[in-house]
Amino acid sequence: MTQLALVIDLNVCVGCHACVTNCKEWNTSGEAGPMVDQNPYGKDPTGTFFNRVQTFEVGEFPNTETVHFPKSCLHCEDPPCVPVCPTGASYKRKEDGIVLVDYEKCIGCKYCSWACPYGARELDEQQKVMKKCTLCVDRIYDTTMTEEERRPACVRACPTSARLFGDIHDPHSSVSRAIRYAHGYQLMPEWGTNPANHYLPRRKTKLRIREDELERADNPLKIDSQLPKPGKAEPSLDDVTSW
Amino acid sequence: MHPAFSVVFLTTLIGAGQGLFLALFTVESYAAFGLLPAQSSDFYALGSVIAVILLVLGLFASFFHLGRPERAWRSATQWRTSWLSREVIVLPAFMGMTFLYGVAHWTGFNPVIATLPSGAPINLTAVLGVIGTVLAFALYVCTGMIYACLRFLREWHTPLTVINYTLLGSASGFSLAAALAVTEAPGVMPFLTGWALIITVLGLISRSASLIRNARLKPKSSLQTAIGIKHPKIVQKTMGMMGGAFNTREFFHGQTRTMLRSIKWLFLLTTFVIPLGLLSVGLSAGTGSPGGLLALAFVVQYFGLLAERWFFFAQANHPQNLYYQSVA
Repeated sequence: MTQLALVIDLNVCVGCHACVTNCKEWNTSGEAGPMVDQNPYGKDPTGTFFNRVQTFEVGEFPNTETVHFPKSCLHCEDPPCVPVCPTGASYKRKEDGIVLVDYEKCIGCKYCSWACPYGARELDEQQKVMKKCTLCVDRIYDTTMTEEERRPACVRACPTSARLFGDIHDPHSSVSRAIRYAHGYQLMPEWGTNPANHYLPRRKTKLRIREDELERADNPLKIDSQLPKPGKAEPSLDDVTSW
Repeated sequence: MHPAFSVVFLTTLIGAGQGLFLALFTVESYAAFGLLPAQSSDFYALGSVIAVILLVLGLFASFFHLGRPERAWRSATQWRTSWLSREVIVLPAFMGMTFLYGVAHWTGFNPVIATLPSGAPINLTAVLGVIGTVLAFALYVCTGMIYACLRFLREWHTPLTVINYTLLGSASGFSLAAALAVTEAPGVMPFLTGWALIITVLGLISRSASLIRNARLKPKSSLQTAIGIKHPKIVQKTMGMMGGAFNTREFFHGQTRTMLRSIKWLFLLTTFVIPLGLLSVGLSAGTGSPGGLLALAFVVQYFGLLAERWFFFAQANHPQNLYYQSVA
């Protein structure tokens, strides 16, 4: 069974909000739209967003680290928001595991938002229905687009490729591999919601330098010669001289 | 959580309506077995009218909670999984049963449907009353479970939530029935006042138990589990917006701790202590007690329940609040 999801690399995210902006742009004009703002140029501008980038400071000054943390619906495999919906407007698709809201059925009772521990759902103040990330369901199956374009708007926008998109149930997909090799984890595992979206942790930056990167293997002008490196079995200086 | 007045009024009004119906039918059952003097059907009819009015007002209040009230009929469809949907079904059913019960008493259409082996007759109103009683308790369970089933709102996720909804609703309903009995059925006034006292005391015990339990709760989620970074010191610098969002409006009560504590003592005083005093005075004064005293007891208790419900919502701390701690 397919479970589409985002894998977000906190090691790479620079907190530029491009995903937020592109998400809003695509979705306000797409199937979920319009996502109207209130007081956009006034004192307290507010509006519906599917995706937010938050910033946390980890550690104590001066040893601190800034972590940018994009947060959208995690498309839980056991979504607590779905069974509580009294109208059936909130549902999880069997074919790809995307959690969606049927805006024609939603009565705006907000009960699903109470049932989501992540605060992933936002009530649209104009349409008075609950809205949330759709994983760009109106994009990813649009065959009029090229293969490259058939990915969520946030993923397309990310300048650092901090967002990966794919099927986490397919062990060979890029997202599954990223989760496996970079120790991807889920948010608030204590509630057993089993979120599909995973986060890749901050990692120590390691220099990986291969030998041929130090020595010019092709060495076209013969300027650099091979360094005279003795073999391991050959006698060292200690063996042949007495100081 | 941000206490929504629509839900505060819904839960308190229907709770009192259910309690009033339970009080009426308790009197009728006792009377049927000769344990209490039989009462005029006017008492039951008037009581049912008031109960239906309370239920209708509650239902009316609930519509203000909906963004799209015109689609409210859809909310009866998911009764297999959603307690809210179950409440949406049980509330009108109970309302209808209370209405029929009142009509049967008012018109005097009350044929004997069956006879017990002991020879006691089972009237139509007894059948309606039993069904109504089952529905009244089912409605308390549904209303309580709407909150108790949300496992990460840990202040609510306890059987005490359902018990409190049942006891507090019944207490206010019995107080109202006692006040009503002063003029309509003086013979059962001490009986109803006595039960109102007992249920209010039970309510005080269970509500205190939940207050003590909630004061000792340790949050399960932390910023560490929320963003998955295992460092003891994490501070949010921005939450991604400055003007606020649904998440900052719906899940924060926006009051000071002092205010919260004051409301707690206010509701303990007005839901339990003052009504208990007034009911005791009314009970000791016997049938000659001024009706205003018991009516006052109900009014004070209902006001107290509004404060109690407000506090119930405000006290619940949603784990999503971890993500919304800093405006920048």
